[in-house]
Amino acid sequence: MPLTKQEWLNLEKKANELRNLTLDTTYWAGSAHIGGGLSVLDIMTVLYHKYMNIKVDDPNWEDRDRFILSKGHAGVSYAATLCDLGFNDVEMLKTFNLSGSKMGMHLDSNKVVGVDASTGSLGHGMSIAVGTALAARLQGKDYKTFVVLGDGECDEGSNWEAAMSAVHYKTTNMISFVDRNKCMIDGRTEDVMNLEPFCAKWEAFGFIVKEIDGNNIKELCEAIDFAYENKTDKPVMIVANTLKGCGIDFIEDDYLWHYGAFDDDKYERGKKALEESYKKRIARVEKEAK
Amino acid sequence: MAGGMTYTAVDSTSLSTAEIYGKALVELGRAHPEVVALTADLAKSTKIGDFQKEFPDRFFNVGIAEQNLFGVAAGMAKAGLVPFLSTFSQFASLRAADQLSTDLCYQNINAKVIATHSGTSFGQAGSTHHAITDLAVTRSMPNLTVICPADGVETYNAVMAAYETPGPFYIRINRGFDRVLYKDSDYGFEIGKAVTVTEGTDLTIIACGSCVFQAVQAADFLEKADGLKIRVLDMHTIKPIDKEAIIKAVMDTRRIITVEDHNVLGGLGSAVAEVVVESGKGCAFKKLGVPDKFAPIGLHEDIMADLGIDANGIIAAVREVMKADFELDDDWDDEV
Repeated sequence: MPLTKQEWLNLEKKANELRNLTLDTTYWAGSAHIGGGLSVLDIMTVLYHKYMNIKVDDPNWEDRDRFILSKGHAGVSYAATLCDLGFNDVEMLKTFNLSGSKMGMHLDSNKVVGVDASTGSLGHGMSIAVGTALAARLQGKDYKTFVVLGDGECDEGSNWEAAMSAVHYKTTNMISFVDRNKCMIDGRTEDVMNLEPFCAKWEAFGFIVKEIDGNNIKELCEAIDFAYENKTDKPVMIVANTLKGCGIDFIEDDYLWHYGAFDDDKYERGKKALEESYKKRIARVEKEAK
Repeated sequence: MAGGMTYTAVDSTSLSTAEIYGKALVELGRAHPEVVALTADLAKSTKIGDFQKEFPDRFFNVGIAEQNLFGVAAGMAKAGLVPFLSTFSQFASLRAADQLSTDLCYQNINAKVIATHSGTSFGQAGSTHHAITDLAVTRSMPNLTVICPADGVETYNAVMAAYETPGPFYIRINRGFDRVLYKDSDYGFEIGKAVTVTEGTDLTIIACGSCVFQAVQAADFLEKADGLKIRVLDMHTIKPIDKEAIIKAVMDTRRIITVEDHNVLGGLGSAVAEVVVESGKGCAFKKLGVPDKFAPIGLHEDIMADLGIDANGIIAAVREVMKADFELDDDWDDEV
């Protein structure tokens, strides 16, 4: 599915809308995991708006593609994505994190429509994804399972148990991502617990690894196309190098913005920053699209 | 009940409890194509080899990786399969506790954990392989039904009932053979309802797992030796616990002893105590179990004797509790 210029522009527009909605939700809630929410947002935009086979009016459709946000703390942008799609009322975002809301930092699959797995505690998503991928194979279904891990999350040993089993069971109907924003709560990932050589680790476990700019929609689409066309028996891992807080320049690449609050001033500056960022991204499309 | 087969004492004496589980699983597998079996390098130990042989495509051994075992099972259940996952109780309840809680219970999915080698039943393996905290851990997880069957026949019933009942289950069974309590599976097993194994009015022993057989032996002996009429309740379902049977025991017998192959903190005894205290009815009460220490190494029956959860230990405890001085009138207003 090669990306046309119009598609690229449409996806940039959608990503920008969702970035704004993520910032709005953070502002309404007072604070949220906006850093990691924005780094992973282009991955979610591309998947939900170009690749995934879903039915908004039939959220539990058994043949749908699955999306598992293993880095569950990015719930703020996941919620924005699902509400924008129409799975839940967009007004629900105004209740995010508030007492009595169906939506908190980590989305509950029994409360928020469209969530395929309740995550939050890290290192769970890939195992669940292996399970749905194996179930699809057993049931003769051709849906795909997408799973997104955080890079800090990869400190959890359970991911590597899951990785081993994905390769062992040759779950090529599962496409994995790591949102490699190089930040975690207490610092830079390499300072807290060294992950490098990161791609080599996944390769050593038996994955085909594509390392890309995960905030570049074209590169994301090329990597996902590559995974769709994969005819080997090895699953694909897309290591998506991203910027924490991508789109809001004054919080970008700053681990202190793992979780943060937006007051009126910051909100206004954030909206302006997103506008500037969007302009730059459109300019890039105009320059690079064929 | 699925399959419609009846398990009998003959099966129970020729097969270990886990082997009966293995047979039950094959029976479920034949009737229901969505049933799958998973383990973490314990297919032989948990006796699910028959399922593996008959349904190789529906059997998954994830290696020695319990966290992944639970996550994979959760994913399968989310996609419509009914996973039965088996590993040792200690690893199911502790190594994979976060996955059990988050992936299975929080999502309230239809997956069944068959936790083998529970309590001190893997005696010689020592405390790394004893599970003396699993009831405490699992019964505090919302949505989870927790069952501790008394013998192989009851295990069969519990496994079948688990299939029939949507939601996550934790069924803890022993390693090896259990002493036979039930002659056949047709005795009215029902989740959340204690079985009155012997009727009595002097004292009630509330037991689970292998301790039920020991309690019945103690009751038989005490009837002959001391002329006591002892009620024995097989409290196979730890959660939801049968409050009605507990309160009835308080009212009818005013003396309760709980017996479990588990730490006295947090397990069956605690669950019963909670019900008694909340009822506002006082009674003489004693908990038998692992006395908040790591159990010794040895044969299961020797460990049970050491802990005082065999028939002899229960007899001694009954005689002690019978000395407790209680009003025997029916006026509850002047009680504590």
